[in-house]
Amino acid sequence: MKLHRILALVNRHLMLYKRSPQRMMEIVYWPLLDLMVWGFITVYLARYKEGLPAFVTFFIGALILWDVLFRAQQGICISFLEEIWSRNLLNLFVSPLGTGEFLSATMLVSILKVIGASIMTIGLAYLFYSFNLFMIGLSLVPFVINLVVTGWAIGIFATAIILRYGQEAEVLAWGLAFLFQPVSAVFYPISVLPPSLQVIANGIPAAHVFEGMRAVIETKAFPLHELIWATGLNVIYLASAILFFNYMFRVVKMKGLLVRIGA
Amino acid sequence: MIHSVVEVRKLTKRFERVTAVNEISFEIYQGEILGMLGPNGAGKTTTIQMLLGITTPTSGQIRILGLDLDRNREEILAQVNFSSSYVSLPQSLTVWENLRVFAQIYHVRNYREKIDRLLSVFEIAPLRDTVTRKLSTGQLTRVSLAKALLNDPKILFLDEPTASLDPDIADKTRLLLKTIRAQSGLTILYTSHNMREMEEMSDRIIFLNKGEIISTGTPAEIVKRFEGEDLEEVFLKIARGT
Repeated sequence: MKLHRILALVNRHLMLYKRSPQRMMEIVYWPLLDLMVWGFITVYLARYKEGLPAFVTFFIGALILWDVLFRAQQGICISFLEEIWSRNLLNLFVSPLGTGEFLSATMLVSILKVIGASIMTIGLAYLFYSFNLFMIGLSLVPFVINLVVTGWAIGIFATAIILRYGQEAEVLAWGLAFLFQPVSAVFYPISVLPPSLQVIANGIPAAHVFEGMRAVIETKAFPLHELIWATGLNVIYLASAILFFNYMFRVVKMKGLLVRIGA
Repeated sequence: MIHSVVEVRKLTKRFERVTAVNEISFEIYQGEILGMLGPNGAGKTTTIQMLLGITTPTSGQIRILGLDLDRNREEILAQVNFSSSYVSLPQSLTVWENLRVFAQIYHVRNYREKIDRLLSVFEIAPLRDTVTRKLSTGQLTRVSLAKALLNDPKILFLDEPTASLDPDIADKTRLLLKTIRAQSGLTILYTSHNMREMEEMSDRIIFLNKGEIISTGTPAEIVKRFEGEDLEEVFLKIARGT
């Protein structure tokens, strides 16, 4: 792995965002709309504070944190799609650039997108709704890292499918993360799910992150076991996603499909 | 002594029941311009894809610059480059930004000077800060060729590089490639459907049909062998099976 190749690709995406303000919409527009809707729901529910769990007031926080996962996933997928849209994929893969370098660059781009979108949403949440995400304290850091890694795993998996099946599978870039949302305990605890879905939820790293966040807010205690579960599952999923991507890349080369999707 | 920089042995590519390339063997010698000719579906593009490591051969061996491509992909690809009319560049970046990204990927020293020199050589220096989206097809082809020369490649794979150029720019491009070859000993594998261009450019031609090499030699030798007037007539004879 060569750092200069990874940075070259990161640079390419930074220049793209600098030159194409409409791409900033992806970082600004949707998070802003979500923030407004969930912000007002939270304001509304806060009127009936008595009898409601403390976590209800954390809806805005849940939304911001879900957006971390979603942006991390999109950072991977959109970076890859940009190369397809601009018919640049072949130029990259006839260069010494390897798949590991390519994925590393997309991960770095996704971190930058997460930081950009999070700064905006956290700032606006504080400004509009006096909501301070940092009330959770330092517990936030390992959980956020886990959400980013979950986003990467989903993003790499979706990218591998797009690589194999071409732009027809492009919808996965926008939709796949939401497939996990109902079982990720973002806005409600795992316990409200039917038993069969609870089993699935327990296998989703994000569900452990959000359960952990909920525990921090309600009990002020740090739920180490949730963090261990989330991290362990993430290691498995990220490694599997990278192996799957490499497998798909080999299949695509065997079938000679890179030219078809890259040119 | 002239030595081969590309050695292909019994290279085969099958896509399920279709054999795109069938046990072809050839060599490309240092400083040579080898033209690859054949009707659509002859296996030219598949062969180039295999030489660039983006399509995996079903069987056979490829050695480039004395190294096995399968085991030395990174080292080989750092020393070769590719341009094609069917590949583009990120549209929202300027010409200079695009070249800078590839200069970084290929780890080009003094990339600023190198980019400026290539822009000047291809007569696109005034387009330096133009967003790629606004370029004409001909201008984009020249930027793509500049990209292909950024790393001072030892071997250049050009798949129909002049397909979208007007005759003037196409002629200039051919002249330029020949000049670079004369100055640096660059080896070029060239495909085109322009027979006059193939005759003009190629030291030697490999004629492919249905995945097999049916003839190889200088353009004049091939024309003589198939008893044609010129390469175009030979091409039509083979393509139509007459």
